[in-house]
Amino acid sequence: MPMQILNLFAALMLLLTFAMLGQRKIMTLIQLFVLHGLMVVASAILIAYQTHNHHLYYSAALTFAVKVVVIPLILRKLLLSLSVKREVDPLVNVPTTMLIGIVLVIIAFNLAIPVAALSSSIASGTLGIALACIFLSFMMMLVRSNAVPQVIGFLSMENGLFFAATAVTDGMPLLVELGVALAVVGGTLVVGLFMFQMREHFDDLNVRNLEQHKEE
Amino acid sequence: MFATWNSIRKNDVDIILLLVLATPLIGSIILMLAGHRGVAPELNAGLSLITFVASAFLAANIVANGPSTFFSHYFFLDSLNVFIAGLTAFVGLTTALFSRPYMRVERDAGRMTKVRMRLYHSMYQLFMFTMLLALLTNSVGIMWVALESATLTVLLLVSIYRTAASIEAAWKYFILSGVGVALALFGTVLLYLAAARHFGGDADALMWTNLQMAKSYLEPGIMAFAFVFLLVGYGTKMGLVPMHSWLPDAHAEGPTPISAVLSGLLLNVALYAILRFKVLMDGALQNGLPGKMMVGFGLVSALVATFSLSRQKDVKRMFSYSSIEHVGIMTFTFGIGGAIGTYAGLLHMAMHSLVKSAIFFSVGHACQKAGTQIMSDIRGLLKVSPTVGWGMILGPLAILGLPPFGVFSSEFLIVTNAIREMPWAVPLLLLALGVAFATIISRIQMMVFGEPTVRPLAHSPALLPVFAHLGLALLFGLYMPPYLNEWFVKAVHVIIG
Repeated sequence: MPMQILNLFAALMLLLTFAMLGQRKIMTLIQLFVLHGLMVVASAILIAYQTHNHHLYYSAALTFAVKVVVIPLILRKLLLSLSVKREVDPLVNVPTTMLIGIVLVIIAFNLAIPVAALSSSIASGTLGIALACIFLSFMMMLVRSNAVPQVIGFLSMENGLFFAATAVTDGMPLLVELGVALAVVGGTLVVGLFMFQMREHFDDLNVRNLEQHKEE
Repeated sequence: MFATWNSIRKNDVDIILLLVLATPLIGSIILMLAGHRGVAPELNAGLSLITFVASAFLAANIVANGPSTFFSHYFFLDSLNVFIAGLTAFVGLTTALFSRPYMRVERDAGRMTKVRMRLYHSMYQLFMFTMLLALLTNSVGIMWVALESATLTVLLLVSIYRTAASIEAAWKYFILSGVGVALALFGTVLLYLAAARHFGGDADALMWTNLQMAKSYLEPGIMAFAFVFLLVGYGTKMGLVPMHSWLPDAHAEGPTPISAVLSGLLLNVALYAILRFKVLMDGALQNGLPGKMMVGFGLVSALVATFSLSRQKDVKRMFSYSSIEHVGIMTFTFGIGGAIGTYAGLLHMAMHSLVKSAIFFSVGHACQKAGTQIMSDIRGLLKVSPTVGWGMILGPLAILGLPPFGVFSSEFLIVTNAIREMPWAVPLLLLALGVAFATIISRIQMMVFGEPTVRPLAHSPALLPVFAHLGLALLFGLYMPPYLNEWFVKAVHVIIG
């Protein structure tokens, strides 16, 4: 039973990643990202309960604080204070993006099968979904021309990694997870700083403005 | 003289290790508050000096007494990582010396405000701290965190001038290295999965020392999968093709001292990570796959970099492509492996750090004198400032592998070893070296000779770092001190087992 609930969370996570991939409104994108983070936290709590691995509760709490509360708050604040365009079109149109996304999911599942076969504890589905989330978020960073969706792509890739770390290995050592969380918050703050600077120079957060070095 | 280190008690070594790591960390906090004052550049250099002296003591002790763990096995030191840490602290010191006049000129030119000076000095020390932590920690996970933090400090340093181009460079760096870092973390998770099967979910499963002992029991399938992610992930940090496009931008747009430490140090730390992983993978896989992958990535990087190098107009971009080329050559020779290949790789790593940072020091002074980084606008350096001009002649000659500099010795070893182990790769390697040679020589000639377009500056250039580095490179080309030779051999044994 718990395994099935975990699979449900994983499937919802994959669905949310697809939703983010096609979402044009940045505010909605942030809300989807909050839900995405909640799925990760929920699955971590589930695994912690199931395996009696107490330090997973701490990392779940940490992820909740960082990914569900602090970072969305920072992003929302940034968006309001920068007053940038609220809707952005992806570089590639949505149906094509979805099709490429499906291909990526198939690849991810095929990659996951041999690895999961070696591990006694995990189903190949969870590892496959984690890998698919990483690939899809990676693609989101590539097909978006605006800085905010790119950052959300980066953070949801992080979510996928955290999910992989909890679902596949029952959690990394606590010290490592603390460090990773710290690095993510630091990264988000630095990137927030950049967005302010980008806005000063380009009046927008469209990274297509950044084309000076294109010749190489 | 080094025999006396044997008598130092372990407790004292603990304190020295603490000093190596705490000095830059506390220094970054102090400089965050006082980094804009007149003495801040000297304070920065002084802190780097303390770090260097402490890491020299540490290195001497470890070389004399053999590998050991510290602070209940949270830190692990052997001949390999104290060697790179010593090199890091040394280049950190000389770069701090170089940055004194360089940053003062930038401040006078109005490019550095008080806030930016504080940020610069503070982040410089924090960058040193993260690199030293990545090198000395025993935990694979902490190493990842330290390298990620190093990336963040570099991001702040590259974008410090707040120009459109520098923000673009930093953004590109963030996106690419974000992807790289994520792949490396996934690789680490997979490594932990393999290790946890053996150790049973223990927090110590990610310790280098434990992994090292258990390496032949780790599941080969998972390990091979993990290595692909780790090589591409950490490869991004050292500018391996195809994840290299951030590196020239970051070098060209950031302050020149940062270009020097990026090329001279950060690339080494990322390569160190890959070397450690290769040791584990070789133990688990027994089929030489990691070595073959490194040979492939290394050769492609060296070739792509040299052909891109010949198209550059910006002098810092040109030399940053040269860094990619040399990182490719190092990856190649470590991939071939064996005692000679690995020895040559370590020697090349040291020589490249010294010479490339010396080149960036000269380039920094030259660009400030010319007021531009475009090579065709820099003329007649030798007439206006003979010392900087000579630095600009000797540095590139040294990096191109001309005897009697140390790069010649290491490249000679690399090529002869490749002839024996992997003959098909030799023409490609020589092609890369040849193209780089022809391009850089002709560009340097134009910049150094001719009618001057450059002017003298208010702050006299820092020449000690340039010529200290070139002098050391010359020394190692002519004569390898037995003590260092022995140290290198010990480090080689760490890698090839």
